[in-house]
Amino acid sequence: MNIEYKLADVTESFVSLFEANRNILLAENNEHLNSIRREAVTSLAKLKIPGKKSENYKYTAIGDLLFEEMNHVFSPKKIEFNIEDIFSCDIPEIDTQAILVLNGFFLNQGEEITKLENGVIIGSLRAAMKSYPDLVYKHFAQYSDYKNDPIAALNTAFAQDGVFLYVPKNVKHEKSIQIIHLLLSEEDQMVQHRNLFILEEGAEANVVICDHSLSIQKFITNSVTEVFADKNSNFNITRVQNEHDKSVQITNSFIQQEQDSTVTSNTISLHGGVIRNNIKVNLNGENCENNSLGLFLADKEQHIDNSIYINHLKPNCTSNQLYKGILDENARGAFAGRIHVWPDAQKTMAYQKNNNILLSDDAKMNSKPQLEIYADDVKCSHGATVGQLDEEALFYMRSRGINERESRLLLMYAFAHEVISEIKLPALRERIDELVEKRLRGELSRCNNCKMNCR
Amino acid sequence: MTEQDKILNDVTQGEYKYGFHTDIETETIPKGLNEEVVRIISAKKNEPEWLLEFRLKAFRNWQKMKMPTWPHLTIPEIDYQDIIYYAAPKQNAKYTSLDEVDPELIDTFNKLGIPLEEQKSLAGVAVDAVIDSVSVKTTFSETLAEMGIIFCSFSEAVKNHPDLVKKYLGSVVPSTDNYFAALNSAVFSDGSFCFIPKGVRCPMELSTYFRINAANTGQFERTLLVADDNSYVSYLEGCTAPQRDENQLHAAVVELVAMENAELKYSTVQNWYPGNKDGLGGIYNFVTKRGIAKGDNSKISWTQVETGSAVTWKYPSCILKGDNSTGEFFSVAVTNNHQQADTGSKMMHIGKNTKSLIISKGISAGKSQNSYRGLVKVLKGAEKARNFSQCDSLLLGDKCGAHTFPYIETDNSTAIVEHEATTSKIGEDQIFYCNQRGITTETAIGMIINGYAKEVLNKLPMEFAVEAQKLLQISLEGSVG
Amino acid sequence: MLKINNLKVNINDKQILKGINLEVKAGEVHAIMGPNGSGKSTLASALAGREYVSVTDGSIEYLGKDLLDMNPEVRALEGIFLGFQYPVEIPGVSMVNFMRTAINEQRKYKNLEALSAAEFLKLMHEKKSVVGIDSNLTKRSVNEGFSGGEKKKNEIFQMALLEPRLAILDETDSGLDIDALRIVANGVNLLKSPETASIIITHYQRLLDYIVPDFVHVLYKGRIVKSGGKELALELEEKGYEWITEEITAE
Repeated sequence: MNIEYKLADVTESFVSLFEANRNILLAENNEHLNSIRREAVTSLAKLKIPGKKSENYKYTAIGDLLFEEMNHVFSPKKIEFNIEDIFSCDIPEIDTQAILVLNGFFLNQGEEITKLENGVIIGSLRAAMKSYPDLVYKHFAQYSDYKNDPIAALNTAFAQDGVFLYVPKNVKHEKSIQIIHLLLSEEDQMVQHRNLFILEEGAEANVVICDHSLSIQKFITNSVTEVFADKNSNFNITRVQNEHDKSVQITNSFIQQEQDSTVTSNTISLHGGVIRNNIKVNLNGENCENNSLGLFLADKEQHIDNSIYINHLKPNCTSNQLYKGILDENARGAFAGRIHVWPDAQKTMAYQKNNNILLSDDAKMNSKPQLEIYADDVKCSHGATVGQLDEEALFYMRSRGINERESRLLLMYAFAHEVISEIKLPALRERIDELVEKRLRGELSRCNNCKMNCR
Repeated sequence: MTEQDKILNDVTQGEYKYGFHTDIETETIPKGLNEEVVRIISAKKNEPEWLLEFRLKAFRNWQKMKMPTWPHLTIPEIDYQDIIYYAAPKQNAKYTSLDEVDPELIDTFNKLGIPLEEQKSLAGVAVDAVIDSVSVKTTFSETLAEMGIIFCSFSEAVKNHPDLVKKYLGSVVPSTDNYFAALNSAVFSDGSFCFIPKGVRCPMELSTYFRINAANTGQFERTLLVADDNSYVSYLEGCTAPQRDENQLHAAVVELVAMENAELKYSTVQNWYPGNKDGLGGIYNFVTKRGIAKGDNSKISWTQVETGSAVTWKYPSCILKGDNSTGEFFSVAVTNNHQQADTGSKMMHIGKNTKSLIISKGISAGKSQNSYRGLVKVLKGAEKARNFSQCDSLLLGDKCGAHTFPYIETDNSTAIVEHEATTSKIGEDQIFYCNQRGITTETAIGMIINGYAKEVLNKLPMEFAVEAQKLLQISLEGSVG
Repeated sequence: MLKINNLKVNINDKQILKGINLEVKAGEVHAIMGPNGSGKSTLASALAGREYVSVTDGSIEYLGKDLLDMNPEVRALEGIFLGFQYPVEIPGVSMVNFMRTAINEQRKYKNLEALSAAEFLKLMHEKKSVVGIDSNLTKRSVNEGFSGGEKKKNEIFQMALLEPRLAILDETDSGLDIDALRIVANGVNLLKSPETASIIITHYQRLLDYIVPDFVHVLYKGRIVKSGGKELALELEEKGYEWITEEITAE
């Protein structure tokens, strides 16, 4: 069922959209989920979609973006296509277990949800809500802060499906799990989906998320990923964003870490129209380690905004933020990082770094590296730079016979490599290395891996 | 409690030593703010019509504005109708000779270490002394006049140099700029005015000393400094207030204009009453300070040592309009007990090859909150703009907070903008090392804090660097200065 | 001068020193040697009064007074100097300001007038040439940006200025080249007098080629397991620590 709407007030329009689709959204005879949805709508109405004056969305006018008239699809739509015909993955060589999510719905290629031999449960979130309700609702919407975050509330009200992953106690799941989010539609569409990853005590897993658009229509995606990393668990999440210029992608990751856990996220933004990535981390036990890294490469009219919030709630935790951007042509980049050290969180070590290179006169970068500190025995530092490629280094290379273009590429590649080198899986790291090099050489466009030849 | 904590505890209980009140006859107008009050203030000062219009326009704008809520500050609601907007020591005109000045006043300034007798002054410093709403005495005016330098109270400037005032007033901080600038533009009482003519290097430090004395009054002074082509001036501002249980409002505006090749150095030692150790009383310090480096190769440099006020909201800024112009901001902000400070700088790079430097050192103790907030903005035409910012925080004790909120907005690919910040505490190993050499923990903490703030203190004029160093110790140590 | 009696010391509730007995008389030079982790630095820290070192048993008598009763700065003012193994950096505090403050605290303690800036600079200049330290070291902030060798030389320079009664040098020789080693040794030898004493803590015998000890003690697992004259150091150099440790284990 497609609903078109056009209302002056964007928040109001979403509330109305919810009311109009109540029967579908609340139909599942699931009072737990329904009450969360209702609360989310209430808080969305109260908080409102942030406008231009919101500090949080100062550099990305999210209200304007969401104002546009879009289709919403609240049940999976049958699209006849053979995946091999239109899409080959950017990262095919690594040994992964691939899951497809089409327009926000788990794409059924067999079982909707599977329990593997080692106890790992993986599959559709919607199916998990039916098969493993206790497991899901212990964590679902617990970390997404939908009562204070209007964008998370928006997703919580509407998202119906996505990926569910459960790794039981002390299970080290060796094979990487690759989640491929595909956008494919005959009309412009807004997509909201939701992932929930649970790692029990001592568990380990690697997830790779790839975001792709496969048709030229305009897409707005607002996704939420909740991660619960229990004591002593270890989780790596790598996201590769590669959507087309007309796409708007808002990702929201909420990561809850318990004692002695380690979570590393790498967000590689290769392509997209407007990208806004929100990562919020709660270090809720002692001796946690969090690494949040990102690399964004933007040109044309692209707009990429990363916002990272690290809450140091308990003592003896370490966090590292490293975001690097290369901006060319008319691209706009933004970074906001916040380290928040709470009064009890003594012996915190928190670092934040944002480095950016502007390659053209019309590129623009805004950076807000922030510290909010309420404990005295801490080591916190941050740094941000905006600059160019080092002219001296360029000259040095050219004087050794390397042509200017190649010299520039080498320097940009070296700049980007600091982030890539932190990707934990060697095979993935190598693939992303290649992709970034291709991207920098201008050899990678969104059409690179699409066989539709639409343009 | 360890020895170190005990001493930290002791030294952070320091008492304010300028909290006395002078018993002089004061003329005030009734509480409250409306158009009539604005007209009364203007009439009291026999102002020309254009200045009244400036005030009224600002007032009408202010009525439509709201107090900013974005700073990291908790401020109880301020009743702007419960404040007296004009207070002055009873007098007819400004004293021409020191003999006419109320001995109580001379005594007050002596107690503050600011002698009004020229022969007793610190060598090479001219002072404009402002008490409550009016300037009571400007020293060395005649000496300076011989060189063509105008240094006088704002009211005198309006009378004697109306064209200059009209030309530059509101040219850097428009009356609609922000809530407090609008309020100041409507009700400002007095302040200092200075004009350095072309090619003149001002031979002495110019200084304004602000003192709030009367109760229930607000202080709204206005400072305007203009340095014409190829000139130089160094200016210092100091301030204190009596110890009172109620909060008092201070909303000042400072405008600086530097023409071609001119250099303007503005230093502040801000020591308004910070309230008692339970957070009762103290000054609300909401100040708009901005300079424009208008001409090519001009330079504006702000240095501030902030130790006072219950609440500080202040961002001395530079508009770098001229090509090759330079802006600097050096700051030490100390907060103790329940003080709150949200302070920093804005650097707007407009001209080509403009450079800016921000060095900010925050020190938080007690239950205070200390925030650095800054903006470095490089506009499209600012080819090869350079900025470096360093914002460090030192925490003394575990009940206080230190925060850093920098904003970097770059719209030019040839710009280089760098920001660095660290947060730390005084290392126990550093204190032990000093102890092992026979230095007491209290002295060691003082040494380390002054070492930490050194980069900024070094920027103060010599005469005041020592003062400021002592003030830092007093603010944190409580040992009698 | 110094009497250590059955000293037992814990760090983080772990016993590091398990009953040290040592007497140092005026005019003597004692060397304390031992393998890594034997408790040498802990002993130095206990003598200087570091807070994290907790004395659980025993006593230390210094010039007839109870040393454990004194604050670190009082111990310093009473003439105890610790040459740190890892001297800390104190940014922004100049060496001149730092040492002048220390000297004047000492003079105040002795009821002497404080030195004026000029007098102090003169004194510093004298001592600089005695020790043979680079003059630009003293222009910098305390230890900031100093190399390992410079830091150690700076310790000796401070010792020369403060003229302690009892100098404790904690691995001052580690990481030094021969020239620096000579400077360090020279500093110690200059201090030597019938009224003063030194405790040299070292892992290697090397420094003892330049500073001749009257006594050598071997510290092992928190106890002094062997004491002797300067020949003990040579024996250790030749045979290594295994010889001692085997002897102990055999007992």
